[in-house]
Amino acid sequence: MSKNAEQKPVKPNNSKVIKKLVFMVFAMFGFGFALVPLYDVFCDITGLNGKTNDVAVVYSDNGIDTSRTIKVQFITRMAKGIPWQFEPIINEISVHPGEMKFVNFFAKNEANHDITGQAVPSVSPGLAAGYFQKIECFCFERQPLRSGEEVEMGLQFYVDIDLPVDIHTLTLSYTLYDITEKKDS
Amino acid sequence: MTTHTIDESLDDAHHDHKMKGIKRWLYTTNHKDIGTLYLWFSFIMLLTGGALAMVIRAELFQPGLQIVEPDFFNQLTTVHGLIMVFGAIMPAFTGFANWMLPMMIGAPDMALPRMNNWSFWILPFAFAILLSSFFMESGAPNFGWTFYAPLSTTYSNGSTAFFVFAVHIMGVSSIMGAINIVVTIMNMRAPGMTYMKMPLFVWTFFIMAYLLIAVMPVLAGVVTMVLTDTYFGTSFFNAAGGGDPVMFQHIFWFFGHPEVYIMILPAFGIVSTIIPAFARKKLFGYSSMVYATGSIALLSFIVWAHHMFTTGMPLFGELFFMYCTMLIAVPTGVKVFNWVATMWRGSMTFEVPMLFSIAFVILFTIGGFSGLMLALTPVDFQYHDTYFVVAHFHYVLVTGSLFSIYAGAYFWLPKWTGHMYSDSLSKWHFWCSLISVNLLFFPMHFLGLAGMPRRIPDYALQFADFNKWVSIGGFAFGLSQLIFLAVVIKCIRGGNKAPAKPWDGAEGLEWTVASPAPYHTFSTPPKVD
Amino acid sequence: MNRSNQRWWMEICLVCLSLFSSSAWSDSQLNLTKGVTAVSREVYDLHMLALYICTGIGVVVFGAMFWSMIFHRKSKGAKAADFHESTKVEILWTAIPVVILIAMAVPATSTLIDMENNDNSDVTIQVTGSQWKWHYKYFDQNIEYYSVLSTPREQYENQDGSFSGNGALKGEDYLLEVDKPLVIPANKKVRFLITSDDVIHSWWVPAFAVKQDANPGFINEAWTNVDEPGVYRGQCAELCGKDHGFMPIVVEVKSSEDYDKWLDEQHALTAQAENAEKASLSSSMSKAELMQLGETVYLAHCAACHQPTGLGLPPTFPALKGSAIATQGSIEEHLTLVINGKGMMPPFGKQLSLKEIAAVTTFERNAWGNETGDLVQSSDVKAVSEE
Repeated sequence: MSKNAEQKPVKPNNSKVIKKLVFMVFAMFGFGFALVPLYDVFCDITGLNGKTNDVAVVYSDNGIDTSRTIKVQFITRMAKGIPWQFEPIINEISVHPGEMKFVNFFAKNEANHDITGQAVPSVSPGLAAGYFQKIECFCFERQPLRSGEEVEMGLQFYVDIDLPVDIHTLTLSYTLYDITEKKDS
Repeated sequence: MTTHTIDESLDDAHHDHKMKGIKRWLYTTNHKDIGTLYLWFSFIMLLTGGALAMVIRAELFQPGLQIVEPDFFNQLTTVHGLIMVFGAIMPAFTGFANWMLPMMIGAPDMALPRMNNWSFWILPFAFAILLSSFFMESGAPNFGWTFYAPLSTTYSNGSTAFFVFAVHIMGVSSIMGAINIVVTIMNMRAPGMTYMKMPLFVWTFFIMAYLLIAVMPVLAGVVTMVLTDTYFGTSFFNAAGGGDPVMFQHIFWFFGHPEVYIMILPAFGIVSTIIPAFARKKLFGYSSMVYATGSIALLSFIVWAHHMFTTGMPLFGELFFMYCTMLIAVPTGVKVFNWVATMWRGSMTFEVPMLFSIAFVILFTIGGFSGLMLALTPVDFQYHDTYFVVAHFHYVLVTGSLFSIYAGAYFWLPKWTGHMYSDSLSKWHFWCSLISVNLLFFPMHFLGLAGMPRRIPDYALQFADFNKWVSIGGFAFGLSQLIFLAVVIKCIRGGNKAPAKPWDGAEGLEWTVASPAPYHTFSTPPKVD
Repeated sequence: MNRSNQRWWMEICLVCLSLFSSSAWSDSQLNLTKGVTAVSREVYDLHMLALYICTGIGVVVFGAMFWSMIFHRKSKGAKAADFHESTKVEILWTAIPVVILIAMAVPATSTLIDMENNDNSDVTIQVTGSQWKWHYKYFDQNIEYYSVLSTPREQYENQDGSFSGNGALKGEDYLLEVDKPLVIPANKKVRFLITSDDVIHSWWVPAFAVKQDANPGFINEAWTNVDEPGVYRGQCAELCGKDHGFMPIVVEVKSSEDYDKWLDEQHALTAQAENAEKASLSSSMSKAELMQLGETVYLAHCAACHQPTGLGLPPTFPALKGSAIATQGSIEEHLTLVINGKGMMPPFGKQLSLKEIAAVTTFERNAWGNETGDLVQSSDVKAVSEE
């Protein structure tokens, strides 16, 4: 029934296995770190991102496509609990792809204490997000406003000339968050 | 492969005597004992999660808020889901793995017996942490078992920490158990048992274990991010800090989708063992079944965003996930056809394991159909987050996974206990469960189509009639499971003596040892040809 | 089983199948709605196609199973065959499902492409979900308002334990009615820009087949073009906290002319409300007036969390009865809380008028035995909100 295996005295050599396993642990940890730049590269190449830029871009002059007119709409929303007034001065503007534009937003801190706000942008449709280039935006920085202070904040942008032809309307939305507690970090 | 009965009683004499009493169960490294622990634990969790569901159905019996506050209702639905997924279904299958895998491959035990003990014993602690949150001031988790951020982070009720710790411990248990399964199957098969000679049961657990190892760490990751977002000021899922709540869903469902296949593959394995036994005919298309299981496992990694069609994905994303999800229907269909082909022109008898298995094939397929409908993105916009989805996953998990667990339990109870279970009582269990489970879950399809959303404690009047019937079905189904408890207790204590192989059509090494299986089996590996 | 029995079974099956004909199904209690837009009808057709295909496959597969269970049973003397594989058959029943799936994927793809085309809309509306109400803002129109569940509490608070539906009788649109519905024109493309102020919600109107998640910090787009004027109801479709089931959506679709009239009315109302606000600054209300208005406002907007009894649901929702804020603290602090919110409590400064805030604050400071005797007027509210 059962075989009688030959009993050879074998000293178990685990050090090779252990070395391999320890190497794997470090390798996976390093892989985890490497994923950050890897994802960036992946998103760049595939264009899968869905988010508009949060650091300034430099205007690249590829010409202006006057044959197309894109409607860019602006909406704002105050997140829960931030007593600011925050509105676009104009809520819609027509642009040609490649053309640089400048619009303003009005903000006022209506509370009785100082508040630092952070505007978070979101572009719809998602596919257009990568083509909406902000050269200068108040959303790149925190906005500290003293109690009662009001300010006009600027947005300088252009719509990339490569915007897909079937997109005619673009909406940029800013949600305003209160980050007063976080501003020291 | 031919097998013959082995007399194992000699082996016991060579080992230390079994510990007695509580020490036996606390310190055991024996796969049969640990299997028993897992199975009893999972059954207790099933009844606990079921009790929560009874309260849910009692509240939903009529329109209006009669019994519970809306926030407590959310706690009930959340903990019901967590207990059923992590406490009932997964440990039950782990119990089957422990009991049956070593015997089926002719191994004396699992590869890592001490780790095995630990895998089990941390589970009661995990669930004690989770369930204790009910008694805290802030209450239990109330954000759904899917705990989307920021409801579970910034807007949480304070139970997030306990939830996270409990899930971490459950995850560690699953990962250790899965490693044990993989190492056992890869290293300890009896000589002559090549991979393509393994019972399909072993294959499905093998593949499921790989899935577990791949995705449980992802759950651990996302749950840790929820913890840090809630308590340590990170902004993974918080737009104010540059994060994205939808990213939570991506990471969670990257775990979540393979997780549901983790919960169904073992069911496929059990049913693929039982149907051939009672049809007295070999499983049709063995290699096809292996490849189909593998394809399902691979495909399960690329369909996660079908849970997220309404989050605002770009068009090509929606199309990709729609196509891949539809594609999973193909290998799953292959499996169903193979089971039917096994039955076809067999010589069938309908003992209770077979009854549950056939019910599995029919009802799981119905769950699969609603799944296919859900895969169609434009229509999913109407089904998503409604009772149509609730119907779908309860069909695949209850009449799917749970019924397969009952089938396997009845099939192997003689091997575990040495007694035959009561045929009449078990038939009562089956028929009461079958009728009540359909009364409970089928009308949910209609409720979803009519527009009733999920996770609401009260509903508009047009949903009242179906909800009443669903609740009645729920109470009946819950009570029916107590019949199973009676069957098991009765069987453990006595009953007709079971032979080594009570089912004449059954195949497998486990039937070559006595019933009840001796404490140590296959100390010497059998020869398999 | 003899031939006439077999025929009987087949006839039963055919009768059952005919029950599945389209006319018997549509608009019954059992099925998805056809809806009132071209898209919703396409979605319905896709749903029915999938349902028919699945039913067909089910009939074939389950039919084979039942046949087998009847005729291939040991007790009938059936002997087991010994076949257990066939590559040809495996290929066949892999290829045929693939073809069927393609047949479903093609119409699904074209419907989805239609649905995702949000361009060239006539009207744009900003939809914002928050716990636990919707906010609508008409782009280009300076019209915005909150839309809150209007089913009275007595209708749904049935905790006295009786199952016989006591408490107030439930209205026809129980849990599906709001104080101010969204109004859109028929036969125009209406675009929705959907976001959230706090957690994830989801805006769903089954009759339009529109469902999009409201994600905080991000906007999603959806569109609809409704054929028939009417009132259509939907619900929030993403768990968002305790009153997830109590934030319905009501859309009133008016003809173009009626919609334009409504717009004019709203502008007039907005102007009126502004004037009323200005007027209220110089007038003052009596305690009785304040308490009455205050109680109405409290029940509609505050009682969900702080409870009609003022006892709240601690620790998440603090009690107001006997609380420091409402009894010992200053009116100013109390007003600041109501106007600006704090943490999970939403700000009501923009949602309620000066009069309403004054009234509800007065109510909270005097109800449930709080009895501070404080009276708050609109001018007090204005002063605090301007600090």
